[in-house]
Amino acid sequence: MAGRVEGKVAFITGAARGQGRSHAVRLAQEGADIIAVDLCDTIPNVAYPSATPEDLAETVRQVEALDRRIVSAQVDVRDGAAVKKAVEDGVAQLGKLDIVVANAGICVMTTWDETSEEVWDQTIDTNLKGVWNTVRHTAPHLVEGGGGSIIMTSSAAGLKGLPFLTAYVASKHGVVGLMRAFATELSEHGIRVNSIHPTGVDTPMGQLGDPEKATKIQEIMAAHPRLMPMMSNLLPIQMTEPIDISNAVIFLASDESRYVTSLAMTVDAGNTQY
Amino acid sequence: MAGRVEGKVAFITGVARGQGRSHAIRLAQEGADIIGIDVLEEVPGAPYGPATQEDLAETVRQVEALDRRIVATKADVRDFDALKSAVDEGVAQLGRLDIVAANAGISTAMAPAEELSEEMWVDMVDVNLNGVWRTCKAAIPHLKASGGGSIIITSSDAGLFAFPNIAHYVSAKHGVVGLMRTLALELAPHMIRVNSVHPTVVDTPMVNNDATYRLFRPDLENPTVDDFKEAAAGINALPIPWVEPVDISNAVLWLASDEARYVTGVPLPVDAGAAVK
Repeated sequence: MAGRVEGKVAFITGAARGQGRSHAVRLAQEGADIIAVDLCDTIPNVAYPSATPEDLAETVRQVEALDRRIVSAQVDVRDGAAVKKAVEDGVAQLGKLDIVVANAGICVMTTWDETSEEVWDQTIDTNLKGVWNTVRHTAPHLVEGGGGSIIMTSSAAGLKGLPFLTAYVASKHGVVGLMRAFATELSEHGIRVNSIHPTGVDTPMGQLGDPEKATKIQEIMAAHPRLMPMMSNLLPIQMTEPIDISNAVIFLASDESRYVTSLAMTVDAGNTQY
Repeated sequence: MAGRVEGKVAFITGVARGQGRSHAIRLAQEGADIIGIDVLEEVPGAPYGPATQEDLAETVRQVEALDRRIVATKADVRDFDALKSAVDEGVAQLGRLDIVAANAGISTAMAPAEELSEEMWVDMVDVNLNGVWRTCKAAIPHLKASGGGSIIITSSDAGLFAFPNIAHYVSAKHGVVGLMRTLALELAPHMIRVNSVHPTVVDTPMVNNDATYRLFRPDLENPTVDDFKEAAAGINALPIPWVEPVDISNAVLWLASDEARYVTGVPLPVDAGAAVK
């Protein structure tokens, strides 16, 4: 049986591990070739360990084990020229582009009065400008191919406020605006643009890193007990798995959703309804 | 390869033709058995003919051709006892229930709100809103008994924003969004997910008929399908006039499957971007 995205090519940011790797593997399982990029480096203030070149190599290994092709590069989504080059190199090698998954993102948890200008700038630059860079440099290839699907990873925090994440919440709300704006302009080219809104996902970022930093977050939470329930899910689960987000990506990437566009799709166990 | 809903059982209303039949076939293709009902009677005030016994038999034939089981019954979503008997009997025969597609709905004569008759209003709400509630009420005990499940309610773009001259339809389709959100809250502890789908124009008998042509082209005395096509394309962002039943079925399939196991409370437009315009 043909895969659900058989013969398509997908560009994925933040592909070294976590949700990005899961997307690469899931899309490859369903027949896609992959262009995978990741910073593979640290960003100041980020409490959890960053992805490494070895992580990206592991993504490459897992995709190739599925007999699909993959082109990978170390790229910072904040650097438009680097994104453009990676896209062009990937398309030159794999022949075309059909799917874009703007997944790369960072999360720094801190109270509003301890959020530094550096944290604000790097969060907005990575999570919002990075998505813009990704779309503006991939969309020309989709236009050339006569259509495609762009999927932006936002968050439950892109639809509702959450405490101790000022810059993150602002950046993820911004992604929704970006999604809706691109959906209007790209519709005439048969390009669909949608966003996905996960609740907590079991990844290094989702766990917010080492126990020491996590303890600090527990302290923040304990000091503001009225806000704690905002993190709760409706379904009786603590966290989702990367595969749950990937399954939404597959649906939005495939022709099964050929008439779905400008949708803010929650995969949030009901978190935004709580 | 196992199907995406292998071994599950789905209850589908309005299953004789159109989107309902398409859902039954798509879910059966991916391994589900089907419990289906349809009213098979003239819809009061509807500008299109009713589904027939032959239509229902054709759905049964197509599901059985896929080597899946189907229990199909003539029942009206306005009659809770009939619905309950149909779903109870289906579960008795097929062993369980996992998926509910509350799809049955009508479109009736169109008029400005102050000209709608009491009968038109009541019939519309009784099928498109009350009927969905009755469907869920009859099915929920079986989903709880299965330890979880997925309810998919068919709303419409008219459940997200307004269209003139169909206040009764718009109100009913908005109403099911409220029902969906409430059920999502109430049923979450049971791992039952509840979502709605919101199609733009779908190419089915309910929509592709003379009355719809007139709704979309009040400027013309005798609008044709081509006139309608032009106007219908105008409401969508993607450059297409309408979507096909299978496009809604693919959304239903995804929401029904474990791929969407943590998706609940979502109004999912399958609307070619109409809602963003």
